[in-house]
Amino acid sequence: MVKNAPSPRKARVAPPSQKRPAQLTEQRAKTERRSNAAGVGAERLSPDTTWQRRHLLDLDDFSAAEIAVVLDTTDAMKEVLSRDVPRVPALRGKTIVTLFYEASTRTRASFELAGKVLGADVINVSAAGSSVQKGEALLDTIRTIQAIGADVCILRHHSAGAPYLAARESTFRVINAGDGGHAHPTQALLDAYTLRSQLGDLRGRKIVIVGDIAHSRVARSNMWSLTALGAEVVLCGPPTLLPAGLNGAAPDAEERDLPPVRVEHDLDIAIEDADAVMALRLQHERQSGGLLPSLREYARLYQVNSERMAKAKPGALVLHPGPINEGVEISTEVAHGSRSVVEEQVANGVAVRMAVLYLLLRGEQP
Amino acid sequence: MSKLLVHGGRFVDPGRTVDELADVLLVDGLVATVGPNLDTEGTEVIDAAGLVVSPGFVDIHTHLRDPGQEYKETISTGTEAAARGGFTTVCCMPNTEPAIDTRATVEYVLRTAATSGHVRVLPIGCVSRGREGHELAELADLAEAGCVAFSDDGSPVADGALLRHAMEFASISGLTVIDHCEDAAISDGGVMHEGWVSTRLGLRGQSAAAEETAIARDIAVAAETGLPLHLAHISTRAAVDLVRAAKQRGLSITAEVTPHHLTLTHRAVAFGENGMRDGDALLYDTNSKVNPPLRSAADVAACVEGLREGVIDAIATDHAPHADYEKACEFDEAAFGISGLETAFGLCMTLVHSGALELPTLIERLTSGPVRALGLERSVPGLGSLTEGAPGDLVLLDPEAEWTVEPERFASKGRNTPLAGRTLKGKVVATIYNGDVVWSQERVDSNA
Repeated sequence: MVKNAPSPRKARVAPPSQKRPAQLTEQRAKTERRSNAAGVGAERLSPDTTWQRRHLLDLDDFSAAEIAVVLDTTDAMKEVLSRDVPRVPALRGKTIVTLFYEASTRTRASFELAGKVLGADVINVSAAGSSVQKGEALLDTIRTIQAIGADVCILRHHSAGAPYLAARESTFRVINAGDGGHAHPTQALLDAYTLRSQLGDLRGRKIVIVGDIAHSRVARSNMWSLTALGAEVVLCGPPTLLPAGLNGAAPDAEERDLPPVRVEHDLDIAIEDADAVMALRLQHERQSGGLLPSLREYARLYQVNSERMAKAKPGALVLHPGPINEGVEISTEVAHGSRSVVEEQVANGVAVRMAVLYLLLRGEQP
Repeated sequence: MSKLLVHGGRFVDPGRTVDELADVLLVDGLVATVGPNLDTEGTEVIDAAGLVVSPGFVDIHTHLRDPGQEYKETISTGTEAAARGGFTTVCCMPNTEPAIDTRATVEYVLRTAATSGHVRVLPIGCVSRGREGHELAELADLAEAGCVAFSDDGSPVADGALLRHAMEFASISGLTVIDHCEDAAISDGGVMHEGWVSTRLGLRGQSAAAEETAIARDIAVAAETGLPLHLAHISTRAAVDLVRAAKQRGLSITAEVTPHHLTLTHRAVAFGENGMRDGDALLYDTNSKVNPPLRSAADVAACVEGLREGVIDAIATDHAPHADYEKACEFDEAAFGISGLETAFGLCMTLVHSGALELPTLIERLTSGPVRALGLERSVPGLGSLTEGAPGDLVLLDPEAEWTVEPERFASKGRNTPLAGRTLKGKVVATIYNGDVVWSQERVDSNA
């Protein structure tokens, strides 16, 4: 489990990052102040209003400009969160339902808080303790949520594609809060936000994602967003934990709709000159599933530790989507060291989810 | 004496390698004469001018779901779907509830088919009791009751020794064993083909090796016995290569391929059957979820080539109807299978129109090919051809007619097809079974 992870409530009073290039920060801060001159004026929260999406299912078709809209809006949301009374009525009268088929701490809590800060009503439904436990089909649950008048459903599900089904079969908006091994777009957005805060423009930046890529929705969404933002993305992990079709040496000539990433099995090579390293959570069942000889073997080859970080660029960042298995995919000193932005990731999670909720729901009359 | 003359069609009988303009006279349900300008006096006449006339199609891989899963399909609805698809004979798989592993169940199927069926039903019996893969079913008794082959389809015969014993025991009755080739340890819960699309969608993939490993084992077992073995729904390039090599060695290995494995790739799961993106949302199309899964383009090309060469003997639909709610759910939870009887011909015709396959070859793989693969002429003399004395099973085809797939109008209860809304070129105009018109487009039109 995570140690020292701040609660989202604590996170919202965290000061804005000081590591961002000074000029950029200043410029943005000005924009933010201007755009929020009216204080609670909902229309003023976002400096850019070119976001026309109905759902947020993945980032696979997001352009750099569109991601920037979310990140810029996140800046504005951070300002809201820094106020004495962090409440705006931007989404007053809106009903948000979080529907979680899997356990979650940070994602659910940050969505709930994000909705409340924006003045929406938030209803939490868990698979456990609801009619889902009685065998209710997903579509029936979706129809129930529609019937109670939800404006948006934030869905986490163990099956890839479930949010797509919900989006197709309902009239409310859907935010994917993680679907099986497929996508976790708000995590990737908060990662992008965290990286941008620290590194500025991500074009040409080398970002290494290490670990269980095959089962990671975080890695999948990040591949799309980071490559869209112009970063060089290197995936690193044992061949047993890398999904099919990413390597260039394809047995067939099919055209692939995958992001342009590179695969490297040797972490010591992959990490060279990296600007940021993202370690992924390693599920213990990968060992019993025959994909790994042992956690020891995994840690020996793929743990992000100080020795390896020494090969990255000086000051290179360390990210982790959590929850962390300290001593397995990441060493304790790196997880909590000066280069770690793990706590910022969690803190930014609230602001990013506010931005997403706001961008999806702002245009509608309550 | 009832007489029916099918007049003026382009007559394609692969059983006799004939392709010419001819009339076919059916008398009392059997083929009486084939030739030009037959006398029409005293006969009912069907005008087949401009149409192709061929023997009725034979599907050696159909799931009729009856008994036990009548909510998915019944013998009546399944055989009506067959008639619409041009199939006058279907071999039904025994993964029913109960499984077709006793004489009583075989008799139920045959009796029900005789009273409510629209076309001929030839049951396939289980290899093992309850399809559990442990003990042999009473194969000789099943054969006497009317089974035409044996299979545990839906599941592989995982135990290679049991497979061998099944082949040996089936040989007493002169019947063939059919294996569903899948090494479950390798496929390991995969819900689609393992490849870039499974990576794209974050779905668990099953690798092509799961099928190929099983095929390689089956061929080795078959080689040892010298007995015939039929491989159900092969779908990968290496699978085709293995079968080709086995045939070159002179082994009695036969194989089938489904229309969907000849025409659709794994892209369909994400982007729809035409492989293009539909709006901005991935489909996770549960109607494209099938086992074996839709494969890569290279696999599809190899299957088409294998079929053309004759390495693959037959097209079989693997018609697998399911209720709507079994597909309207999460991809992981959705049932495997495609309702395929009513789209088989139209879908396969895309290969003819693209120049990948000649029409007579396609018809051969739908008629005499499957009959030969399972040795069905032992059960029904003349099946799959229009020799004199053969069953009066005919299909009238319009290779150029376009039609749109409307699952809600299927005769099958299974509307689970990835082809909904697609326009296909090539249509079954009428189906004649035992000398009776069991389905015709005209009748449908005139009733409309």
